[in-house]
Amino acid sequence: MLNIDSIENGIVIDHITAGRGMRVYELLELDKLDTCVAIIKNAKSGKFGRKDIIKIEGVTDIDWDVLGFIDDHATVCTIRDGKLVEKKQPRLPEKLVNIVSCKNPRCITSVENVDQVFYLCDEKAHRYRCRYCEQEYKK
Amino acid sequence: MRHLIDPLDFTRQETDRLLGLAEKIWQSPGEYAHRCGGKILGTLFFEPSTRTRLSFESAMLRLGGQVLGFSDAGSSSASKGESVADTIRMVSGYADIAAMRHFKEGAPFVASQYSKIPVVNAGDGGHQHPTQTLTDLFTIRRRRGKVDGVTIGLCGDLKFGRTVHSLIKSLVRYENVRFLFISPEELRVPSYIVKEVVGPSGHRWEEARAMEEVMPELDILYMTRVQRERFFNEEDYVRLKDSYVLTPEKLRAAKKDLSIMHPLPRVNEIAPQVDNDPRAVYFEQARGGVYVRMALILTLLGLEPGILDGEGA
Repeated sequence: MLNIDSIENGIVIDHITAGRGMRVYELLELDKLDTCVAIIKNAKSGKFGRKDIIKIEGVTDIDWDVLGFIDDHATVCTIRDGKLVEKKQPRLPEKLVNIVSCKNPRCITSVENVDQVFYLCDEKAHRYRCRYCEQEYKK
Repeated sequence: MRHLIDPLDFTRQETDRLLGLAEKIWQSPGEYAHRCGGKILGTLFFEPSTRTRLSFESAMLRLGGQVLGFSDAGSSSASKGESVADTIRMVSGYADIAAMRHFKEGAPFVASQYSKIPVVNAGDGGHQHPTQTLTDLFTIRRRRGKVDGVTIGLCGDLKFGRTVHSLIKSLVRYENVRFLFISPEELRVPSYIVKEVVGPSGHRWEEARAMEEVMPELDILYMTRVQRERFFNEEDYVRLKDSYVLTPEKLRAAKKDLSIMHPLPRVNEIAPQVDNDPRAVYFEQARGGVYVRMALILTLLGLEPGILDGEGA
């Protein structure tokens, strides 16, 4: 069993669907932090069999839209003075702004410097469409 | 300030009132001949278009207004790298209303975000063409007296045809519409239109590979052109361009009161012999487009209150 130190103050993003941990890391731009960040891939999970976990020291605020977009099954545990003080789940965001980019070469966003905006078109299937050209975003 | 970017930007009630106004203008054009005196329409055509540009210009001129603009991206400042946002900011100072056609999908929406004048989407890539949709609805309404209950066959390029997508989105807001999608396998209506637009609406729809299969059932046959510019390679275009050509022989099984529509320009998908058939309404449809655009210009300029919600009659 791999041991990672517990964190004193920060957050633990638990129950990330196995394989999505790195995507969460990238889109939350955790590489830009200079605090301790641990990514655990394919940890055992009673519920899902396997899961990814990210532990972030010294940070208590994250972009909930980003996390909800990648994995709304994840759980965010806030740790203060070594104790769990809050447990929350992100929600699937209605709108994504500058999180992902439209891949349609005919879309105006391919040439114009504007916000990349997507809206949720199918909550059940987690599908998003570009606000400009309406092309579906393929993960 | 309202814009028309997507055919659904107007509610069904607003659309119906606008089409009613278009009919009034058609009946009494003289009453409207000077309503836009002193107003200017900017026609920003980043992509060439004869019909749409001329019908917008004709509409404004018939209302007594004036027109300025450009008819391809090469003669605009876009060729120098100007953004859509900057172009519309500039035009906002030169015109009172703008009609924009752009090869990039979503460009008129971007323009509407920065504009100080009403923006009309005159076609954006393979995406939307709302004034064509209004014209189509106007034609269906004139021919049948109402849109409700129509059985419409959409034939040809249903994949890239923006007029088709816009029309479907608008038709689902009416009652008891039946869709028959007639196309080759390669140009089928996109699955998202079926899943997100037609499916949830509860309207009946079917697909056919040949127009003869469904001809006797149709009230409207909406033909479309297989457009060269929507293909990435010439071979696919050449192979599919002659699919689904309407001829007098194919029309023998059709209803007497069928209406054959086409957004034009037609290439060879309707044989010229069909033009004399009283059921061929595509030139009347194009003429109606001018009255629809006249109604739209008056409405968006606020010169005809009572069409859009929240405006007093």
